[in-house]
Amino acid sequence: MDQQGLRDIEYRCIQEEQPACQAACPLHVDVRKFMGQVRSGDFSGARKTLDRTLPLPTVLGRVCDHPCQAHCVRAPIDAALVMGSLERAVLSATGPAAKPLSMPGKGKRAAVMGGDVSALTTAWDLGKKGYAVDVYFPGDAPGGHLRELSPDTLPPAALAAEIEIMGRMNVTFRPGQTLDAALLDRLRADYDGVYVEAVSAPALGLSKADADALTLALADREGVYCGGFAAPGEPLSVISLAGDGRRAAVSLDRHLAGVSVTASREREGACPTRLFTNTTGVIPLPAVVPADAAAGFSPDEAKAEAARCLDCQCLECVKACTYLARYKGYPRVYARQIYNNLSIVQGARSYNQMINSCTLCGQCEELCPSGFSMPDLILSARRDMVSRGKMPLWAHEFVLEDMAFSLSDAFRLMRAAPGETTCSQLFFPGCQLGGDPAASVPAVYAHLRAGLPGGVGLGLACCGAPAFWAGRQDLAEAAMAAFHADWEALGKPRVIAACSSCQATFARMAPDIPVVSLWRVLLDEAGLPTSSEALPDGPVAIHDACTGRHDAAGLAAVREILAKLGIAVEELPASGKLASCCGFGGLQANAHPELAAATIARRVAESPRDFVATCSMCRDRLAGAGKRTFHLLDLLFPSKAADPARPDPGFSYRHEARVRLKRAVLETVWNDPLPPETPPAVRLVIPEAVRAVLETRHVLDSDLARVIAYAEATGRKFTDATTGRHLAGLAGARVTYWALYEMLDGVAHIHAGYSHRMNVTGVDRQEG
Amino acid sequence: MNDTPTYLPESGDWSCAACGEKLAPASVAVTYLQGGFTITLMTCQKCGLSLVPEHLAVGKMFEVEQLLEDK
Ligand code: SF4
Ligand code: SF4
Ligand code: SF4
Ligand SMILES: [Zn+2]
Repeated sequence: MDQQGLRDIEYRCIQEEQPACQAACPLHVDVRKFMGQVRSGDFSGARKTLDRTLPLPTVLGRVCDHPCQAHCVRAPIDAALVMGSLERAVLSATGPAAKPLSMPGKGKRAAVMGGDVSALTTAWDLGKKGYAVDVYFPGDAPGGHLRELSPDTLPPAALAAEIEIMGRMNVTFRPGQTLDAALLDRLRADYDGVYVEAVSAPALGLSKADADALTLALADREGVYCGGFAAPGEPLSVISLAGDGRRAAVSLDRHLAGVSVTASREREGACPTRLFTNTTGVIPLPAVVPADAAAGFSPDEAKAEAARCLDCQCLECVKACTYLARYKGYPRVYARQIYNNLSIVQGARSYNQMINSCTLCGQCEELCPSGFSMPDLILSARRDMVSRGKMPLWAHEFVLEDMAFSLSDAFRLMRAAPGETTCSQLFFPGCQLGGDPAASVPAVYAHLRAGLPGGVGLGLACCGAPAFWAGRQDLAEAAMAAFHADWEALGKPRVIAACSSCQATFARMAPDIPVVSLWRVLLDEAGLPTSSEALPDGPVAIHDACTGRHDAAGLAAVREILAKLGIAVEELPASGKLASCCGFGGLQANAHPELAAATIARRVAESPRDFVATCSMCRDRLAGAGKRTFHLLDLLFPSKAADPARPDPGFSYRHEARVRLKRAVLETVWNDPLPPETPPAVRLVIPEAVRAVLETRHVLDSDLARVIAYAEATGRKFTDATTGRHLAGLAGARVTYWALYEMLDGVAHIHAGYSHRMNVTGVDRQEG
Repeated sequence: MNDTPTYLPESGDWSCAACGEKLAPASVAVTYLQGGFTITLMTCQKCGLSLVPEHLAVGKMFEVEQLLEDK
């Protein structure tokens, strides 16, 4: 990603776009911030917000014709926030004008022809910037049409005070002038730049067409800018006059500083905004009406009115995603931070965990009004890290080893039905369902073989999704290439996937492989099994797998199946296309276990109902978070083991279950003569509490068994005289494992297990 | 020699099972990626087998591993 690429990505997130009110204001007053300050009673803060943007704030704040109101997002719902009245209330509550900070003198001089709002604005802005400004105006006092307003609308003292302040900001007023061509010629000769306010100088006969729309430059008159045109038949808009004055001041400032007058000015003046504000669920509230219309809002009334402000923001994705909320920003900010993290040459990359904690679920992309995709951003960052050897091992290594296990002979199996060499269908349960000790893979396979024509094969393997998530395209492609070769040899069968992650992976990595969800096949082709088991009677909530959000047919099938089973469904708020991840996706649970726990806890809290999951990993994580969760197959092919309250089996049991599943189908389906099961090196007894800790530490039973077998065979271990327990460590290829255990009748009773990656001299190393 | 604290096991009266020796503090080299240190671990004086206590592995070592991996 280069700087331009980053900017393109940043542009997609519209959270920093101005709210509608601010965009409609020609001066871009931060109305949203102002509303927040008024709401909380911080009137002096609100006043500062006005002072920051408005010229002559105690005047403009009172007489602005508030075009912002017409654009307020609340307008179509109930009534726009009455910004104009709120500004007046804040000005009344906060006292007289204060002199703004002005910059040190710049040594250049500008002249302003005219005394109305645009002229005063230009003079104000340039004076503040440190230019000496002379204001030439007819009559004896500046102010133009402001002087015709009723004292109730604009107390004359307010105008006088601002004029007085301008006098202290390098601005000199020159009354009694005739604003004609002769004066303009003289000013052009005497000053470095000139602003002409058309409405004050009718003798010049200037019209809007004479001035450049972007800069207000007058053609053929270098250094002269003209604005403040009266639209015939329309009342003068104070704020659009001020807008012209500001535009001219920007042009003059640049002209006087000798820099480009035209560069990047698209955002000046009232402009459109791309900000999206979700207004679903906004309860209509009428605008607050002041009790005393003449006096305007009391402070309390002002607070109540400002409290109606929606604080317009997008944050659609952040509101829904635990991960995005965790890092206190939004995708635009994250894109920049990720870019910076990737650019670090030396030193700690503090954003590594952030980059590796997104679930890549894609919910954000569905929710985003402009289609921002965190997965695209995160995946490219992960791949970048991998390609430069900067991906930390802690992020994914354990899961990649789990994947390697599922791709090894211990689990992998690709076969046509017994007695056949090819098949027209291939049932592919996936590594997670294959690792569910309660899973009904053999029963489903038998059901499919009985119900489908053309021969149904069985594929046990991992689709490679974890490698894809880890940014390891090399491993993902290798897994798919191996599958593809077997698939061709089997006669290119249609793949029936039980797991939506597998389904999505096939579609992404091997589009030539036809793939369909198991749910669709059961519903449309093989038929649902008939079962006599009692099914849950209460309604259930469906936890859709995030990787299946685009498989509309599969999502519909799940609902149709539950309907056929007679089980009522209450949809979760984030379901179907908008499904939330369980925290396993993108390897969040590996890189940031605590965040993944928060992700799943939020999901669990969405409904008190029992859940039905269609992915084994989702089910296990939900169950692990205390939610009774059925796998859909538990309902279709019930068994005693398929209890919705059964806990997450954990990594070790999943490994074991995969090995057993392969043996079981080889024995029962293919009648393969198998060597007797190799007994484990050491039998282990692991109390539940110890096992839970081992899980979080990613220490497998097989790791402990290896250490203990070695220690018992060689005597290389420590013994505690007080308890009789042994402690042994053994370094493997990358990780050193330790076991604290007691041997009782040849069985190792485990008290603790842990690991480290650091190499410690003095700890034995496994040969080979 | 180094002056780091000795990382003792949390409890117990440990000896080397193979040698029957009591353990004593000894300097041990620890390496990982680009990093290398010396720490003091309880070690068999006869055969040199060193004991990495649980709290060290899941605490300090784990932290330093992550730090080095993120460099
Ligand atoms: S609701 Fe508030 S932030 Fe939104 S447009 Fe209206 S005033 Fe502005
Ligand atoms: S976890 Fe999902 S919703 Fe959140 S940023 Fe990642 S892909 Fe988007
Ligand atoms: S949904 Fe998220 S990414 Fe999209 S514009 Fe809003 S804040 Fe930005
Ligand atoms: Zn020894």
